Amino acid sequence: MTELARIRPESFFADRFNVSSSLLERVLGGSLLGRVDDADIYLEYRVNEELQLEEGTVKKASRHVSQGAGVRALSGTRTGYAHTDDISLPNLEEAASQARAIADRAGASGAVAVPSRGRPHDLYTLTEPPVVTDLARKLDLLRKVDDAARAADPRVTHVIASLSSEEVVTLVATASGWTVGDVRPLTRLNVTAIAEENGRREIGGWGGGGRVALDFYLEEERWRGFAREAARQAVLKLRAVDAPAGTMTVVLGPGWPGILLHEAVGHGLEGDFNRKGTSAFAGRMGRKVASELVTVIDDGTIPNRRGSLNVDDEGTATGRTVLIEKGILVGYMQDRLNARLMGMEPTGNGRRESYAHPPMPRMTNTFMVAGEEAPEEIIGSVRRGLYAVTFGGGQVDITNGKFVFSASEAYLIEDGRVTAPVKGASLIGNGPEALTRVSRVGRDLKLDEGVGTCGKEGQSVPVGVGLPTIRIDELTVGGTAV
Amino acid sequence: MNTEVLVGVLQRAVAKGATAADGYLIEERAFSASVRLGEIETVTHSRDARLSLRVFAGRASAAASTSDLSRASLERVVDEATSLAKVTAEDPHAGLPAPDELIGGVPDLDLEDASPSLSPEAKIELARQCEAAALESDSRITNSEGAEYHDSRARYVYATSHGFAQGYATTRFGISVSPVAARNGEMQRDYWYSSARKRAGLDDPATVGRTAAARAVRRLGARKVKTVEVPVVFDPETAASLLRAIAGAASGPSLYRRASFLLDRLGTKIASPAVTIVDDARITGGLGSRPFDGEGLPTRRTALVREGVLESYLLDTYCARKLGLRSTHHAARDGSGVSVSTSNLMLLPGRSTPSELIGSVERGLYVTELIGFGVNNVTGDYSRGAVGLWIENGELTYPVEEVTVAGNLLEMFQAIDGVGADLVLRDRTAAPTLRIGRMVVAGD
Repeated sequence: MTELARIRPESFFADRFNVSSSLLERVLGGSLLGRVDDADIYLEYRVNEELQLEEGTVKKASRHVSQGAGVRALSGTRTGYAHTDDISLPNLEEAASQARAIADRAGASGAVAVPSRGRPHDLYTLTEPPVVTDLARKLDLLRKVDDAARAADPRVTHVIASLSSEEVVTLVATASGWTVGDVRPLTRLNVTAIAEENGRREIGGWGGGGRVALDFYLEEERWRGFAREAARQAVLKLRAVDAPAGTMTVVLGPGWPGILLHEAVGHGLEGDFNRKGTSAFAGRMGRKVASELVTVIDDGTIPNRRGSLNVDDEGTATGRTVLIEKGILVGYMQDRLNARLMGMEPTGNGRRESYAHPPMPRMTNTFMVAGEEAPEEIIGSVRRGLYAVTFGGGQVDITNGKFVFSASEAYLIEDGRVTAPVKGASLIGNGPEALTRVSRVGRDLKLDEGVGTCGKEGQSVPVGVGLPTIRIDELTVGGTAV
Repeated sequence: MNTEVLVGVLQRAVAKGATAADGYLIEERAFSASVRLGEIETVTHSRDARLSLRVFAGRASAAASTSDLSRASLERVVDEATSLAKVTAEDPHAGLPAPDELIGGVPDLDLEDASPSLSPEAKIELARQCEAAALESDSRITNSEGAEYHDSRARYVYATSHGFAQGYATTRFGISVSPVAARNGEMQRDYWYSSARKRAGLDDPATVGRTAAARAVRRLGARKVKTVEVPVVFDPETAASLLRAIAGAASGPSLYRRASFLLDRLGTKIASPAVTIVDDARITGGLGSRPFDGEGLPTRRTALVREGVLESYLLDTYCARKLGLRSTHHAARDGSGVSVSTSNLMLLPGRSTPSELIGSVERGLYVTELIGFGVNNVTGDYSRGAVGLWIENGELTYPVEEVTVAGNLLEMFQAIDGVGADLVLRDRTAAPTLRIGRMVVAGD
């Protein structure tokens, strides 16, 4: 796999598949230009490696290669998309003619394609691509993590430690003659611990990563921290009491609870839903959608973060988009199609799971700007409520704005003090309302550890979130203790 | 056909020092078209192939896969898998199933549509009809997320280094639509779909559209309810999701990790006697049907739960050996190796009509949609966001949203006190309407 080391996407695809930039231009020009509003070709080569240690031994080792090309033709609101896993000139031409067929029927709308813009960033050049790093070093890390998690507590009965390493080489050629590529490393270390006591069993997990090399994990504090956290979560849950049921004050801890933003407002501010008028936030631009303490940003340019990209999957440089400023809705996240149709600028949020999927507006790293309060004062301000610090997944209904996210580590707050841990429970709220009830914002903004994956219309992409400690005056907690 | 390609890869693996190997090849062609407000939105054509390989070096194994079927790439896949197998640990339970357990002749389960393909225009027209019916059926349907038509044609081949090589072909068709209803500034979206192995098996597009519209319209005016403990009736779609949770807890990997609420429960009562859950891979034309599993073992009908008693887990060869049991022939191949999956998973119907079940509830919730991921596979603790209709004196009244339903799956299945007669295999997992005696509905 050494051929992936410090490669340039253009020469990579030219050498490996005999597909040069001039050839891509010819396919775009010959088959597509003049008859459609916009068109692009996306090439992708992906190597993924999974290593898993379970019961102290290497249980799983696998390596996967996927490659392909997606050709897209856009005309008005229409998209023709064809993809193939065999990157060659005849296949690209066939795909182009399939993609074009749909646009031909419409005829070009006359709308002018938004020019691609921005120099790509350099956010994650690594000394060594993680997929070429020696296996022995990776396994050594997993063994240490596994030992540490099992040693953390005698009640831990089973540990799974896994490391996934990926490298994706992309090249986008657009009809306007812009060709830009990216080489994206991505790694993630995960620890799962299962604990058992008096017949009660629980599971805990922790992990993290980003567009980082193996060295990132080798800092002792980091890998030990992941192991300890997984064990601590599992053991803590052994004594969790039933979660409360009903509407109450909720304090969210810093970091990963930022999934609240992702679900409550993030999806609703993606361009496609707003162009179609199917988002609960449609038509609210310039209006108040959150308390004045709330500023929310989507930023794809933070170095080495899981959600960051040098360029998006349409060749637009990523950016820092303010979505909500002091409570006022000020921005949407856009891809090229929706930007063109809404008369806006693309924001570098056009993403896709792979060559097999057309791009759409997606989040990158979405976070709330820090406030001024001390976290302990925020907790201290609550007489009775829930303090939630770790979450599983979340989901939102874009149209009515209702979102849920599931707390996996949460505690009761009684008279300003954090007391008993409670069992996992879903929190449910209404996106356009929930952030209006944010009454305190901490100074402790933290980005998550780097584990998020977002699903939309069947496409998964890596994302990040971030949050300072915040207090929400009313949110419904879905426990069983009435 | 590329069977030879797969067989060649296995031979190379053995030549490279593997003691055994098996592999799966999937080739697929797909088409999809979406239409929104009558206009074509996206049309996608695709052609994909993926070869996945598992090699054994004695009792150690590794997996690799590629979508690049060129000779050079396949050689690299073999080399990588064989070298990875050298770093994995010996595991006494690893290995292929015994050759005599593999399927002999592959039965024809009628999974492939032989009728001629429609033109892209005719396919797009089906999506258009579906959405048009939704938009026309009610003046409150004012917008749409669009309608989609899709079809795919796939061929699967499984082979082992022992010389086994068998395959089968499938087709799949689907239409779906997601209309938006609006009134007084409130918007509600819902969804309906139809899927089938053969195009002729699809529901009439207009019926799908009207059903989706009715589902969206009935959500208008939704409100929260006060937090309360009441009977909850799950419609067939949401009831099916409860079955998926049971299947997850019954699957081999969660059991040998002792991370399942069904651990050590084989032969014991885990649900009310009204509950019988069957996984049947041999249903003719079934959306989840498959003649053999991901390890070449012949599939069959398995009773997971019979009259409330847990009778079987869902196991592949590895999990079975590890648990001291026999494979239940539920191996599935995913990108990263072998996993466990259900085929056509059903909760068998009872005798009540859905309206009898709703009618039996004085005050409670009828659930039509669940969101979020609040299911704990280890403890069975359950808490999800719910949408539905409030039941008052046995009648459906106003729509409900922004509430959760919570309980524990074991207690919930024990508390099933009504099973509908309305089982329809709309998807690979299906259930009739279910009534659960008591759950906590959290709201105001």
